[in-house]
Amino acid sequence: MYQAIVFLPLVGFLIAGLFGRIIGARASEVVTTAFLMAAALLSWIAFFQVGLGHHEALRVQVAQWMVAGDLKVDWAFRIDTLTVVMLVVVNTVSSLVHLYSIGYMHEDPHRPRFFAYLSLFTFAMLMLVTSDNLVQMFFGWEGVGLASYLLIGFWYQKPSAVAAAMKAFIVNRVGDFGFSLGIFLVFVLSGSVAFPEIFPKAEEIAKGTFHFIGYDWNAMTIACLLLFMGAMGKSAQFLLHTWLPDAMEGPTPVSALIHAATMVTAGVFMVARLSPLFEQSHVALSVVMIVGATTAFFAGTIGLVQNDIKRVIAYSTCSQLGYMFVALGAGAYGAGIFHLFTHAFFKALLFLGAGSVIHAMHHEQDIRHMGGLARKIPFTTVMFAIGTLALTGFPLTAGYYSKDAIIESSYAAHTFGNAYAFILLSITAGLTSFYSWRLFFVTFMGAPRWDTPHGHDLAVSHHVESEDDSHGSHAHAGDHGHGHHEPHESPLTMLIPLGVLGLGALFAGLVFEGYFFGHAYDEFWKNALHTGPENHILHAVHEIPAWAKYSPTVEMIIGFVVAYIFYIQKPYLPRQLAESQPLLYRFLLNKWYFDELYDVIFVRPAKWLGRFLWKKGDGAVIDGFGPDGVSARVVDVTQAVVRLQTGYVYHYAFAMLIGVAALVTWYMFGGAH
Amino acid sequence: MMSHLLTGLLVLPLAGALFVLMTRGDTEAGQRNIRWISLIATVVTFLLSLVAWGRFDAGNPTFQLVEEGAWLSETIKFKLGVDGFSMPFIMLTTFLMPFCIVASWISVEKRVKEYFIAFLVLESLMIGVFAALDLVLFYLFFEAGLIPMFLIIGIWGGKRRIYASFKFFLYTLLGSLLMLVAIMAMYWDAGTTDIPTLLAHKFPHGMQFWLWLAFFASFAVKMPMWPVHTWLPDAHVEAPTAGSVILAAILLKMGGYGFIRFSIPMFPDASHYFAPFMFALSVIAIVYTSLVALMQEDMKKLIAYSSVAHMGFVTMGLFTLTPQGIQGAMFQMVSHGIVSGALFLCVGVIYDRMHTREIAAYGGLTEPMPKYAVALMVFTMANVGLPGTSGFVGEFLTLLGAFRANTWVAFFATTGVILSAAYALWLYARVMFGPFEKPSLKGILDLTPREVGLLVPLVLLTIYYGVHPAPVLDAFAASTDALLKTTQTALAGAAKIASAAH
Repeated sequence: MYQAIVFLPLVGFLIAGLFGRIIGARASEVVTTAFLMAAALLSWIAFFQVGLGHHEALRVQVAQWMVAGDLKVDWAFRIDTLTVVMLVVVNTVSSLVHLYSIGYMHEDPHRPRFFAYLSLFTFAMLMLVTSDNLVQMFFGWEGVGLASYLLIGFWYQKPSAVAAAMKAFIVNRVGDFGFSLGIFLVFVLSGSVAFPEIFPKAEEIAKGTFHFIGYDWNAMTIACLLLFMGAMGKSAQFLLHTWLPDAMEGPTPVSALIHAATMVTAGVFMVARLSPLFEQSHVALSVVMIVGATTAFFAGTIGLVQNDIKRVIAYSTCSQLGYMFVALGAGAYGAGIFHLFTHAFFKALLFLGAGSVIHAMHHEQDIRHMGGLARKIPFTTVMFAIGTLALTGFPLTAGYYSKDAIIESSYAAHTFGNAYAFILLSITAGLTSFYSWRLFFVTFMGAPRWDTPHGHDLAVSHHVESEDDSHGSHAHAGDHGHGHHEPHESPLTMLIPLGVLGLGALFAGLVFEGYFFGHAYDEFWKNALHTGPENHILHAVHEIPAWAKYSPTVEMIIGFVVAYIFYIQKPYLPRQLAESQPLLYRFLLNKWYFDELYDVIFVRPAKWLGRFLWKKGDGAVIDGFGPDGVSARVVDVTQAVVRLQTGYVYHYAFAMLIGVAALVTWYMFGGAH
Repeated sequence: MMSHLLTGLLVLPLAGALFVLMTRGDTEAGQRNIRWISLIATVVTFLLSLVAWGRFDAGNPTFQLVEEGAWLSETIKFKLGVDGFSMPFIMLTTFLMPFCIVASWISVEKRVKEYFIAFLVLESLMIGVFAALDLVLFYLFFEAGLIPMFLIIGIWGGKRRIYASFKFFLYTLLGSLLMLVAIMAMYWDAGTTDIPTLLAHKFPHGMQFWLWLAFFASFAVKMPMWPVHTWLPDAHVEAPTAGSVILAAILLKMGGYGFIRFSIPMFPDASHYFAPFMFALSVIAIVYTSLVALMQEDMKKLIAYSSVAHMGFVTMGLFTLTPQGIQGAMFQMVSHGIVSGALFLCVGVIYDRMHTREIAAYGGLTEPMPKYAVALMVFTMANVGLPGTSGFVGEFLTLLGAFRANTWVAFFATTGVILSAAYALWLYARVMFGPFEKPSLKGILDLTPREVGLLVPLVLLTIYYGVHPAPVLDAFAASTDALLKTTQTALAGAAKIASAAH
């Protein structure tokens, strides 16, 4: 069964990828979607058997990958509760996105390729989450990176999409640099890359030190930090986040699947999977928590002012991933995975909802050109509202349970930096609520701004200067003229996935809270998540003061009220605020200037250095003193010799005279002895 | 009974060359015959090498299929044989040769007869290098291999072919002369040039260093290692497609083969002593040439520089003297042979159409050439070292070995994975992505059936060895074990002497 779950998408990929041109677009869509549906169904069965039932965790050996000396790497599945949770998330969202894409992409001539990539992605993601060892995890890790690269750059004619695709791959490689070193270190420390052999040795390893690039580190701390670097890249955490907003260049279903629900959560999954290692290092957990809190806050602030509907959601994803890492850092792995689980539903819902809006608006993505859509596309509006409620943590929705669990854990944790995390997360809850409702109000409420041909001086528009136009408008360059079409509701293939995800966004928290982070914690997780003997987070969260417990809800309400005043009651206020704080506004609008900074620190120096080493190093120094130099000297000498042979008798006579004189001199001095 | 399989492998291409020589090369029909004769000769050689592969016992670390005949004197014999380190390279050579012949099918128009003769002779000489079990015989093949390659670049090359071929010749010859001196010194010391005997012979501690340096001079140029790599980009740029394939896939491997056949087992003390030096050069090569590759404007030059970086992983892995490092380096060489060969074939595909290698001359080729886009994507990803392609296995194992030997080395070498992604993806983006609007490219056609036939086996092999590298890794697992065992005893012995002296 597990083989079927993992390999069905691969078969779908091969069929659509190799024979897509022969069998046609429709057949490719049907085949890949049907395979994914089957895989999703099997995943839920597995979830009930392993997670809710009493099936033991098991290992499924598929084949051997490589053996070199004492290194043995297998292709094998590790099936435990954590795996089946991820299987459910990945396959459910993926199958819905496949279905949705049939409607969304119906005009695209390259549909077989699109569906092939989607299935390839799903396969790689499944390899990642089922992995029984670090190297196979790395295979899935890079595989999803490849699929993400291909899908972001799906519209390869657009230079901005190609650039975004490359950026995603290369920034992720920076994270993978750490991940690979982490794998090497774990192998050196434990003599294996397979989880069942590493985990029992964790405690012993944590006692030792390791000499790495000139310093003596606590062995477990440095191993965890290196591995976490990989997680930071994949999950777009602070400093390695720059690729995620740009990744919105890809088709919207891709954003929903890869850049919201599944791939970006791989980092969270990885830390949870390696909880036996991270539990052994307080320093590593602190780093995880602080990075997560910083990301949550930082991405939230940027989300406040963005005008592209997908970018707002992208920053919100980045921010929510930060929440998950805080939970992991607090030792509340269950809460982190719980948020991963609920977030997959409501964030995929929001992205697919955004896709439905974009579809309705004929590829318009700038919310300043929307407004009043509620009457035109009511179903999408309702679903988007559900997603927003869940994201902001409205009581009884999915996000309410998981997000509050995280904020409470951060308060109750004993990890260094928990106060920092608690304060930032509470503030971010307010920010999240504000930007989510802003997005909702500007898009769906108020007066329509799409029936007038757009100039860029509309009432809600935020911009103080023209430079932000380039951000918004390149995304929809080159499609049909917009503004004259009437928005229309999307076809059924797109609405069904919205409805299903809407149900998940409403009830996933209510139904599963007890299992993920409540009374049935132990029976549900069994030993999939490791908590050390001194980790009492599960009890501590129930003993926190009431003000801490209710603060996120209060923040959520404040955010809603402010957004309501700003965008419904007094729509002139945002503009006034932006004009009164130009520096802060531009700082946020330009995303804290990270792209510019990295360009100056990394990209330009690398190019300059490359050119310098090529022209000066290879050209002037090595060739200059090497072959070119030698041959030039040889030519010089022969030319000099040629010049000597003038043919004039008196030249030869003169040379002879000098020779004779030298000979005589030598005899007189040297020969005298 | 002594088998003559290896001799057969040497003679078959030569027999092909003889047939070509006797065919008239000035008519259309004659040229067609020449191509077919060459193809048949190389395919039959490949089939024969499969037979040899079948008889080869990978679990046995000693030399197999050994054959011996009288040659120059009592001591210098004509002796052939293979072990785990040489067999994969022979297979690689015979496997890639038919591809080179097919790749030259149309693109070579002048002196067709001489061209194919040069290739067939080259094949025989390359097989000889890997099969030779006598030092003098090895040297003969090693050096003679230069001549056909020199001619291929110099006659069928591009505009600056004369410069490139002389640069290639000068560089490689200089190293070789030092090796010749070292070979003579070894003969005086050991009294034989028989390689298996020499492997068991223990050279004096002090002498090892000079011998090591002399061999290093030759192999470092062939690899090529930084800073003696500058001949490679020029040679690649000027060589015809098939010449580039052979150069990247086989000739570069002779350096790595030399290190593992001679330097490490025969001079273990010196190898241990010089390991940090090798690490430094390797890491510089990886970082330096990756940065240089980033800025290249010529496709072949870019791939050439990336080859230097990949060979840096090989030298780094070899001198870690760990099983992962050595097996990784061997695997990296085989994988690089397939992948870089395929990349040069891919460049050849569009060069044949547009007659330029300027990256800037292309753009948006995915649209008219979807099949080509897939093939190039697979090889680009293999070049980047994506898990699931053969490029990953070698890179991963060598880095793992390096990490065990020295974390600084691993740290800097691993930055290569970031840089390789940067230059490879940028190349792909500039050539294949973007709008398809350059007027000069109008009417460019996708892969012909001949080109599909060329690239598909390489695509399949790249992925197969990425997912299931065991057939290759197992071939030299036993030999690696044996090698590490003997070097470690040698090193332990040396350490004992050193401590006793104090």
